[in-house]
Amino acid sequence: MLIKTKKASDVPSSEITPKSVYMDRRRFLTTAAIAGAGAAFGTIAPPGFGSPALAAPGRGPKLEGVKKSKWTQKSLGEELTEYKAVTTYNNFYEFGTGKTDPAERATKFNPKPWSLAIEGAVEKPGVYDLEDFIKPHQLEERVYRFRCVEAWSMVVPWVGIPLADVIKRMGPTGNAKYVAFETLNDPKRMPGQNRRVLQWPYKEGLRIDEAMNPLTLLVVGLYGEVLPNQNGAPIRLMVPWKYGFKAIKSIVKMTFQAEQPPTSWNQSAAREYGFYSNVNPSVNHPRWSQAKERRIGDFLKRPTKMFNGYEEEVGQMYAGMDLRKLF
Amino acid sequence: MFSHKAAKPVVFILALGPLAWVTWAAVSSGFGPAGPLGANPIEYINRFLGDWAIRFLLAALAVTPVSRVMSRYGGWSGLMRFRRMIGLYAFFYVCLHLSSYIGLDQFFDWREIWRDITKRNYITVGMVCFVLLAPLAATSTNAMIKRLGGKRWTRLHKLVYPAGLLACLHFYMMRKGIQLEPIIYAAICAVLLGYRVVQAGRKKARSGGAKPAQ
Repeated sequence: MLIKTKKASDVPSSEITPKSVYMDRRRFLTTAAIAGAGAAFGTIAPPGFGSPALAAPGRGPKLEGVKKSKWTQKSLGEELTEYKAVTTYNNFYEFGTGKTDPAERATKFNPKPWSLAIEGAVEKPGVYDLEDFIKPHQLEERVYRFRCVEAWSMVVPWVGIPLADVIKRMGPTGNAKYVAFETLNDPKRMPGQNRRVLQWPYKEGLRIDEAMNPLTLLVVGLYGEVLPNQNGAPIRLMVPWKYGFKAIKSIVKMTFQAEQPPTSWNQSAAREYGFYSNVNPSVNHPRWSQAKERRIGDFLKRPTKMFNGYEEEVGQMYAGMDLRKLF
Repeated sequence: MFSHKAAKPVVFILALGPLAWVTWAAVSSGFGPAGPLGANPIEYINRFLGDWAIRFLLAALAVTPVSRVMSRYGGWSGLMRFRRMIGLYAFFYVCLHLSSYIGLDQFFDWREIWRDITKRNYITVGMVCFVLLAPLAATSTNAMIKRLGGKRWTRLHKLVYPAGLLACLHFYMMRKGIQLEPIIYAAICAVLLGYRVVQAGRKKARSGGAKPAQ
């Protein structure tokens, strides 16, 4: 009793609204707003454009001990893309080529247990259990723009750990000039791999300085929750100044090496997808104009920013490079 | 069943179904991301209309072979009556598909549209397909058939063959990687056009073989 009283009198800490409560309240408000709109307009309630992004949390388990980072929604100054859109509209060809295929077909995918192989030019190579791999690091939330090469974009609150911290822990040697990433290759669990849409497994790569850039994140969650299967569970990459396909999903292997690694889309169509694939509105793509993008939820397109708006953070890495040739 | 008096109005109304559905879905959700069209309704609408354009185009190409084959079994007489309507519906959905690209996707940004047409191969192919189909739709009336004369009209309307091929190519090129769906459409198109090639070959052989006998 005495202890309880003491706790109750601990005013400063009780004034801080726990995140779960805050998120629940938000969900409640969102649900209420949708229900209200539904009641007012019947089933044909138009959500309309420019309505505030509904930060509706989903149904996944909450991630504990996530700290805020300096990359917040406020610092970005843009609305979050609705949770539902983030989790039902994306490309993940391992589960089919349609935009809703991943959400529909990844429901049975079980990302547990998961191990991650670290190979090549590092002091501590090995196969790590994912939980052990993540444990030494502090999870943080980062609100980033996400720009797909197909000229649509989102703003997503990812949860993850800086890749740079992981690399430092692994102790890269002098030969670690590049990092090669690989997605799980298991057609039984990833039915989209039964068709040779791409050469499986999916491969991606970064130059070591790109991998070490403070923006580069290994993502294990979004909207404060465990990463949904369709978004690349249990662990994926996020490089917000590059087109979305660089952000490889369901990673099982990272290899540190001296040579630039082959990447899946580049192997599929080298004319269209370069190794770097930095967001660049002035490099003409054979398939889509990259000058503009449609933010999911908007009607009109908006101009695309150089390096997706992260020029300050990443521009210096490409100084002196001809980005028209090294696209 | 295709000879029935009511068959034509029924097919006419059914063919409007896809347009009716997508219009309802778009308007009722206010083009918003929470509606039945998914997170990117404009992309959905454009692809949906393109899907139906190519389906009607292949259906129009299927009318002649299907009715010829079926007539051997004494069935489906009267199917030929639908060829013009199905062909015109193909062009109708092609126009809607193009309009949604211009008006919804690009929002009348003519500079960007021109760049797309000249620089992006799958859009170039799509536009050529549209250009091939337009005169066919324009000459689809009885009066135009008369004015052109049966032979010239038939020759002109052979443009539907390259248009079918280009439509399939447009679809295949639009998709990233090697995808199954456009390959299925292309295979159907290949069968329908292959039928014509075989028929033309047989006709030639028959007329060629008949001459010395006479």
